[in-house]
Amino acid sequence: MSLDAKTVLKMARLSRLGLSPEEVSTYQKEMQGILGWVEQLNEVDITNVSPMVGTDLARARLREDLVTDGDCQEAVLSNAPDREGPFYTVPKVVE
Amino acid sequence: MSYHFDLTLAQARDALKAKKLSAVELVKAHCEAVERLDGRLNSFITRTLDQAREQAAAADATLQKGEGGLLTGIPLGVKDLFATKGVRTTAASHILENFVPPYESTVTTNLLREGAIFLGKLNLDEFAMGSTNLTSAFGGVENPWKKKDSDARLVPGGSSGGSAVAVAAGLVLGATGTDTGGSIRQPSAYCGITGIKPTYGRCSRFGTIAFASSLDQAGPMARNVQDCAILLEAMAGFDPRDSTSVEKDVPHYEATLGQGIKGLRVGIPKEYRTDGLSEEIQALWDQGISWLRAAGAEIVEISLPHTKYGLPTYYIAALAEASSNLSRYDGVRFGKRVPAKSLDELYEATRGQGFGEEVKRRILLGTYVLSSGYYDAYYLRAQKVRTLIKQDFLNAYEKCDFILAPTAPSGAFAWDEKPTDPVQVYLNDIFTVPASLAGVPAMSVPAGLSHEGVPLGLQLIGRYFDEETLFRAGYVLEQAAAFHHRPTLHAGVSA
Repeated sequence: MSLDAKTVLKMARLSRLGLSPEEVSTYQKEMQGILGWVEQLNEVDITNVSPMVGTDLARARLREDLVTDGDCQEAVLSNAPDREGPFYTVPKVVE
Repeated sequence: MSYHFDLTLAQARDALKAKKLSAVELVKAHCEAVERLDGRLNSFITRTLDQAREQAAAADATLQKGEGGLLTGIPLGVKDLFATKGVRTTAASHILENFVPPYESTVTTNLLREGAIFLGKLNLDEFAMGSTNLTSAFGGVENPWKKKDSDARLVPGGSSGGSAVAVAAGLVLGATGTDTGGSIRQPSAYCGITGIKPTYGRCSRFGTIAFASSLDQAGPMARNVQDCAILLEAMAGFDPRDSTSVEKDVPHYEATLGQGIKGLRVGIPKEYRTDGLSEEIQALWDQGISWLRAAGAEIVEISLPHTKYGLPTYYIAALAEASSNLSRYDGVRFGKRVPAKSLDELYEATRGQGFGEEVKRRILLGTYVLSSGYYDAYYLRAQKVRTLIKQDFLNAYEKCDFILAPTAPSGAFAWDEKPTDPVQVYLNDIFTVPASLAGVPAMSVPAGLSHEGVPLGLQLIGRYFDEETLFRAGYVLEQAAAFHHRPTLHAGVSA
């Protein structure tokens, strides 16, 4: 298992994490170690095994399509970094 | 001061109901203990002591009328991963350092409905990622226990380290924790307290900040088994707002405690006896087996053949889910924002500065195992191995009613003894992650002290939704172990 700095930078880019050059080099070493360690899973025979996506204990449920709460404009806006009257304002996110 | 911090939650509850103790007295003593000791322990991120004192007066009025719920007047702490309305909720991360939720998590709503009084929000590893509580953006937590003849600061375990410490040091009578791969059980063991991760789906995840959604489960941490039984009954229950919540009645757990375990079959997984297991942990485990046998249980050897693959499977699954869950912290709509020239630079600067080292490591790895070309080799394979691990447990429960194992491979170690290699740190969770992957309930009970004088725990693992058997067996272990030691730093010890 070899993992180069370019791959770390690519993952950082995909996950929008700004990393310093020192961080890139530290993470490169550590990720390489961790990925080497997880390779032991290749020993396991997984032929005809289906992936586990949950415990299957909960049932999918339907409910009436009703308003269950509302009238909480101030609560919704309480964590807005900026607002204009009753509106959320954010940096331009569509380019 | 009349209060000596020697009551359990159950005893305090009974004293309050009998009006031998007032909630004002009880809460005041605990608030003073927080003020006296927590500057050093750092188990709280946010204190709500004034609010607690006011609520105590109201609790007394309720109790005077002979009314109240399961927990009226009882001082508790809340892991700072549960959203609390109007009270800052940080996940121990800079990225949420100013986040004040406009809503309450279901678990804390349930506790408040029963009359609990919260003294504040407890420290944890950042986003619950860690097993030492040293990755918090609000500083590490000190374990109140000391090794013999040493004053070195010990880790409390993690991620629910603040919860474990606040309970162990007598600052609160109980606390909420969350457990993704051992985050309730391992710190409980390190701090000499009891903690239970219930079955996945027993407690609602609504309002609990997500780390790995298919594994995260809330549970109580307290002085003993009875206190955990009382707290779990209050916390648990079906919640339509969590799609993985299971519609099942919550039993009156406390009533099961004295039922004993005569005739029950205890599984001892042979794969947990690894070469690296210390003699001390081995001896503790053997002692636990003798205690259960003496109580009339039948001991059977079982096999969980995929045990050694538990940790790597866990890390792939948990990190993949974490990288996805944490993508919401983008600096745009809430939380910390670092301004920058372009949108991408804003995201990268916000997330680069807002997240700590361990969180970034996990996001990078999670992104890697989900990325194109690696998804099948890592993530899909891990999900398949997870099926085999779950099947191991289901097969084992054909032969036994519950399982006994150690909680952790060692006791608490010093802050500066934390290994620098992340893989070595992850090995702390070797005995706790399999139950998390399968989604079955598991509890840690303090069972003795190590040769160095720090607590060690034994773990009981049960069938889906059979927390009752864990409480029965945990009670038996507790009676046999008679663990009445107190840590060096404790509210009841005058400084």
